[in-house]
Amino acid sequence: MEKARKSRDRVISCILAVLSVAWIYPVFMILANSFKQERSITTGGAFQLPTAETFAGFDNFREALTSQGFLTAFWYSLVITVMSVVLILVCCSMCAWFITRVKAWYSKALYFLFVLSMVVPFQMVMFTLSSTADRLKLSNPYTICIIYLGFGAGLAVFMFCGFVKSIPIEVEEASMIDGCNPIQTFFHVVLPILKPTLISVGILETMWLWNDYLLPYLVLDRTKGYMTIPILIQYFRGSYGKVSMGPMMASIMLNLIPIIIVYIFCQKHIIKGVAAGAVKG
Amino acid sequence: MEKTIKKFWPVFVIPTFAAFCIGFIWPFLQGLYLSFCRFTTINKATWTGVQNYLFTFTDSSFLHAFWFTALFTIVSTVCINLAAFAIALALTRNIKGTNIFRSVFFMPNLIGGIVLGYIWNILLNCVLTLLGKPLLSLHAPYGFIGLVILMCWQQIGYMMIIYIAGIQSIPTDYLEAARIDGASERQILWKIKIPNVMPSITICLFLSLTNGFKLFDQNLALTGGDPSHSTEMLALNIYNTFYARSGPQWKGYGQAKAVLFCILVIVISLVQLRATRSKEVQQ
Repeated sequence: MEKARKSRDRVISCILAVLSVAWIYPVFMILANSFKQERSITTGGAFQLPTAETFAGFDNFREALTSQGFLTAFWYSLVITVMSVVLILVCCSMCAWFITRVKAWYSKALYFLFVLSMVVPFQMVMFTLSSTADRLKLSNPYTICIIYLGFGAGLAVFMFCGFVKSIPIEVEEASMIDGCNPIQTFFHVVLPILKPTLISVGILETMWLWNDYLLPYLVLDRTKGYMTIPILIQYFRGSYGKVSMGPMMASIMLNLIPIIIVYIFCQKHIIKGVAAGAVKG
Repeated sequence: MEKTIKKFWPVFVIPTFAAFCIGFIWPFLQGLYLSFCRFTTINKATWTGVQNYLFTFTDSSFLHAFWFTALFTIVSTVCINLAAFAIALALTRNIKGTNIFRSVFFMPNLIGGIVLGYIWNILLNCVLTLLGKPLLSLHAPYGFIGLVILMCWQQIGYMMIIYIAGIQSIPTDYLEAARIDGASERQILWKIKIPNVMPSITICLFLSLTNGFKLFDQNLALTGGDPSHSTEMLALNIYNTFYARSGPQWKGYGQAKAVLFCILVIVISLVQLRATRSKEVQQ
């Protein structure tokens, strides 16, 4: 019995190992191609590793970093992601605490609207949202976070509400009796308790924001050169005439490197965050 | 205490609510209104009633996109959930390297749709060239299969995490009691594990259905709707109606399609949630 189980475990391990190689391979393929010379990157030859003849060293990376507006796009992506995530975490946790603790018709109505906004597809609002953003002068990387706060609020408020419900209300009452006003209570008592949730929500929102394509594509004013990395990569491909494949592969790799580094260091939090998000969802 | 909190409503609610109005409520209402109009910009809209909707029902590209999306969603939902559940079962057996496998399978979720689509475009085109078959953007069935493979590659890891959390939360006494009573592995799977992870199944079905229907980035980057709009999904079809056509009538049509799309997604999620929630057991 025990032996049968062990041998079966070994078979499963082997299958999983093969699968994980298949899972990593696409990324590895891009890495291999990013070291090839421009002319050796062909449609049918994507699986070949760079050889001594086709090896290009770091040329593609150098070119991607210097010529294609990559660093600007990277900076804008970073600014948008960080500002929006911070804003979403602070504002939505406050809002969620309020609508959970105050039992009134408008709390329920707000909660319903937030849940609705999670299901509504972006195409429903894309045209009107981009023209609203344009009119309110929110179409640059430093103010787009307000749009993101509005459009990303649904998921965040929903998750925070779920967790606030599990905080014993006595803790908050005690702090109010001791003379804290609601703002102090929130920041000194509730927020520290919510810390694990803040991390979970922060991770989910970061994953969404960093990779979001259509919203910034429509909202940001591209005539002023505002771009994020996904827009830049799509722009490369759709660009007129010949696409320079080498720098293209290198920019994809440069986009993946920070993600992979963050993932290696925070994978426990990320995986926990996803699981926690799903339980409350 | 509630009364004191209530007095502070401007601090707590106004920032989020104001942004929510700008980012969701106002565009949503305006979008609803504009779906009954003919317009090129928001200020130049004339009321035309249900004309846009009538056009939408006769637009063959939209109907094609609907069937394509529906088929894609069904196929990808089934594949993703079966595979994710199988992997989750394998990863809860305490075999060596569980953590590494879990990390590897989850990795694609961190990569954005545009980049994923592009990576798979290169990979699949290479495979097709080596096999001497037409490229992805020239043959619609390959585009469909490509999208399914891409979606599986991305989503299996995410669903797997949810299933693992579900399986791990089953109280071990249940499993032990069943083993002592002489239940076989298969009986444990069907009679204990599956009923107890029903909440996870609900979530995963919900996520994969809505993700499938709303898919845009991957579709744009992998096939871009080629050949001649035949691999266009609903979201991309709406986008193209808005931005790839010239003429004063198209934006109205696009908005009407978007409203229908929105209703469709809401109805599907409600039906699905109701259907699987009723199968959940209380622990």
